[in-house]
Order: sequence, then structure tokens, then C-alpha cells
Amino acid sequence: MDWPALTLSLRLGALTVLILLPIGIVAGRWLAFRRFRGRALAEAALALPLVLPPTVLGYYLLVAFGGGLPLGQGWQALFGQPLVFSFAGLLFASVLANLPFAIQPMQRGFEAIPADVREAAAVSGFSPWRVLWTIDLPLAWPGIVTGLVLAFAHTLGEFGVVLMVGGAIPGETRTIAIAIYDRVQAFDMHAAGVMAALLLLLSLAALAVTYTLSNRVGRRA
Amino acid sequence: MPDPLGLNVRLGQSGPIPLAVDLACDTAELLALVGPSGSGKTTILRSIAGLYWPEEGQVSCGGTTWLDTSARLNVPPHRRRVGLVFQSYALFPHMTALGNVMAALVHRPKAEREEQARSLLSLVHLDGLEHRKPAALSGGQQQRVAVARALARDPAVLLLDEPFSAVDRRTRRHLQDELAALRASLRIPIVLVTHDLDEAAALADRLCVLDAGETLQTGCPADILAAPASARVRKVLDL
Repeated sequence: MDWPALTLSLRLGALTVLILLPIGIVAGRWLAFRRFRGRALAEAALALPLVLPPTVLGYYLLVAFGGGLPLGQGWQALFGQPLVFSFAGLLFASVLANLPFAIQPMQRGFEAIPADVREAAAVSGFSPWRVLWTIDLPLAWPGIVTGLVLAFAHTLGEFGVVLMVGGAIPGETRTIAIAIYDRVQAFDMHAAGVMAALLLLLSLAALAVTYTLSNRVGRRA
Repeated sequence: MPDPLGLNVRLGQSGPIPLAVDLACDTAELLALVGPSGSGKTTILRSIAGLYWPEEGQVSCGGTTWLDTSARLNVPPHRRRVGLVFQSYALFPHMTALGNVMAALVHRPKAEREEQARSLLSLVHLDGLEHRKPAALSGGQQQRVAVARALARDPAVLLLDEPFSAVDRRTRRHLQDELAALRASLRIPIVLVTHDLDEAAALADRLCVLDAGETLQTGCPADILAAPASARVRKVLDL
């Protein structure tokens, strides 16, 4: 078992989820309740990581992180080190690649709240802020947790994007998925098997949580 | 002479829902909006509550102007003192009956809220059911919680959107009797939306007949039924 790789993956997953929590709530709620021009395009752009080959997403991120474009240049100027092949770059890529995994379930969670319940809150004197805290979040929480669980599990298993923008620097960018690949390359099938089994169990647990919560969204009492 | 503390509504709009509305409801008066489905009854209630924004109009109540499109004034729903009972009741599903009512009492000091909510639930005959969630209440009980929550706001106007349509006949008769009794203790205008002319005639002081978003005739039920102002009113009321 490659413990540094597992720790790195868990740290990457936790930070990704932490960053995606506010982003997912704001974006999911916006998409659920607002009608605006270009909405279909926005939703399509958000869903892109679901259908793009991870290497394609990784390629564009690699180009964007490089010294030739504003993102890479700005990061280098601010922190004195390149974004590419670093943990920060990996985190950035992970957040982007997981946007649809986090936002879509949260959006569905907010959409499941009946419109008249939110209107009743407004006519009962709730400010928009109080509607968020006492109506939207308590009623949409299964969707919110589902989004976070899916994003976390997906981060643990991400391979293509990580390899493209992070490489496999031990302790910096070598995640458990990359470590499994390395072990297989070195014909160490036992170590690869142990790590693969761990990822399998974690993914199964994540999906079980997700399905349990999805059933709750439908029948709230 | 309109009552300055009553409800005064003028709405105009060419589409998508055409509106040509001019109505008033005095303090302690019960006005019933009657008309066929799609005649704009619910849109009028929503406009009064601030949930719908017509192209032009004025809404004032309790001496305060809530909407005046000519002055670009549009008070958001949470700042209008409106008690609205939705057709579907729209109770907060994750809160108990008591929680639903207390949620609308935030303008009161915290220490008073529970006692006030309990007395409102008692007013609508729901003693003993305070800790039930909406899913564990019957349709009639849910409607009563919705009325208690609407009153908790200490509203300047009470709006009832077909409040008796989702319950069986016997419960409806009960709830109608309760509303008639409750009225005596309320010193605010009450607007009741219904498509049931008998219900309107039995409960209301005045009727306002609507068709295609237009107020056709307003008056006391006996007068309207005895002398409809036009063939259109006669047709809408199926007289």
C-alpha cells in the first residue's frame, strides 16, 4: 500500500469537496431557481467534464497552467512557482473536473423544493437569506450531500486529468489511482490489487450513500 | 369613498395574462373574487402579495403603498404584511405545525413566539397536534395550520386562494363555518378566491366577478345575483 499516495488522494478529495461546497450551493441554486438567457449553454458547459475524455480536459488545463497564458503567468507571479505539476494545480484541475458531479445533484435537490413553499416563506416574512438557511438548505440537503460524496469519490478515482496536469511526483501529485498504474507497470500485482480493492470499497460506499439520499429527496416528511 | 386602511388594487397588463382590475376591500370586509378557471383570480392575489409583478398597477393596504409602477415602487413580498393561504397550503414540510406558525412570528420577541403560536393553533382548533409534521396531518388540519401561519404574520390583509378546494365536503362545511366565526375577531380586509358561487355568496360581504383578468361587476351577493350588470356577468356566473 502506497500510504503517501492514499493520504494525498484523501487530502485532494477533502479540499476539492470543501471548495465545491459553496460553489455548488450557489451555482446549483442559481440554475434551479433562475431563468436567464444562455442558461442551456451554461448547463452544457458545466456538464462538459462528464463527456470529455479526461485527457482532453487535462490537455487544456495543462496549456492554461503553462507560462504562456494569463492563469499560469498570474499564479507564477503571485506564488513564485508554476501551477503545472504541483498540488495546487492538481486541486484546481480536480475542482474543475468535478463541477458537474457536485453541482448537478445539488441543483436537483433545490429543484425538488415546491415553488409555493418558497413563496410561502417569502410571504411569511422570510428575507431571501433566511429562505436559504431555513428552507432551501434543510430541504435540499440530500442533494447537497450527494454532490459532495460523488465529487469526493470521483476525485479518488480520477486518472487522466491527474496524469496530464500533475504527473506522478511522490507526495506532491502522485494520487492512489496513479500509484495503482505504477504498481501494475512494475508487475507488483499484489500492491496494485490491495489499492484497487480499497478504491472499489470506497466507491461502493459512496454510491450507497448517494442512492440512499436520492430516495429521500422524493419522499420528504 | 375608499377606506384608506383597506385594500385598494388597480392592475393593468396586456399579456401574457391580461389584467384590467380595479377592486377595493374595506377593513373587516370579506370580498370574494369569483370567476371561471383562468380568469386571473390567483394572479390578482399573487400581485397583492408581491409574488407576481404586473406591467402596471397600484396596490395599497393598511395605509401603506406596496406597489406603484408609475413611481417604480415595488415592495418585496417579505416586507408586505400579507397573510396568504395557498391553495395547496404550502406548509414547510420539515417543520412541525408549531414550527410552521412560529416561523412566521419572527417580528415578535423570541420569548413570546411559542406562546403566540400555540394560541393561534388553538384559535384554529388544533390543540394537541402542535408537534405533528404536515405529512401526518389531514387536509383539513393542514389548511388550519396554513390559516394560523397566515395570521401569525399579523397581516394587514388576509388572502385565501381557494382554501376549501382540496378537502371533502364535510370538512369544507366545517372550515367554512370556522372562517365565518374567525372573521368576527379580525379587523382586516379578507379576500377569498373561489370558483364556487354558492360558497362566495354564503361567506362574502361583496362579490367581485372576474373574466379574462377583467373585473366585471362588484357588489353585494344578493344584488349581483338579482341584477347581473351585463350578459357577460350572467354567462360567467351561469345564471
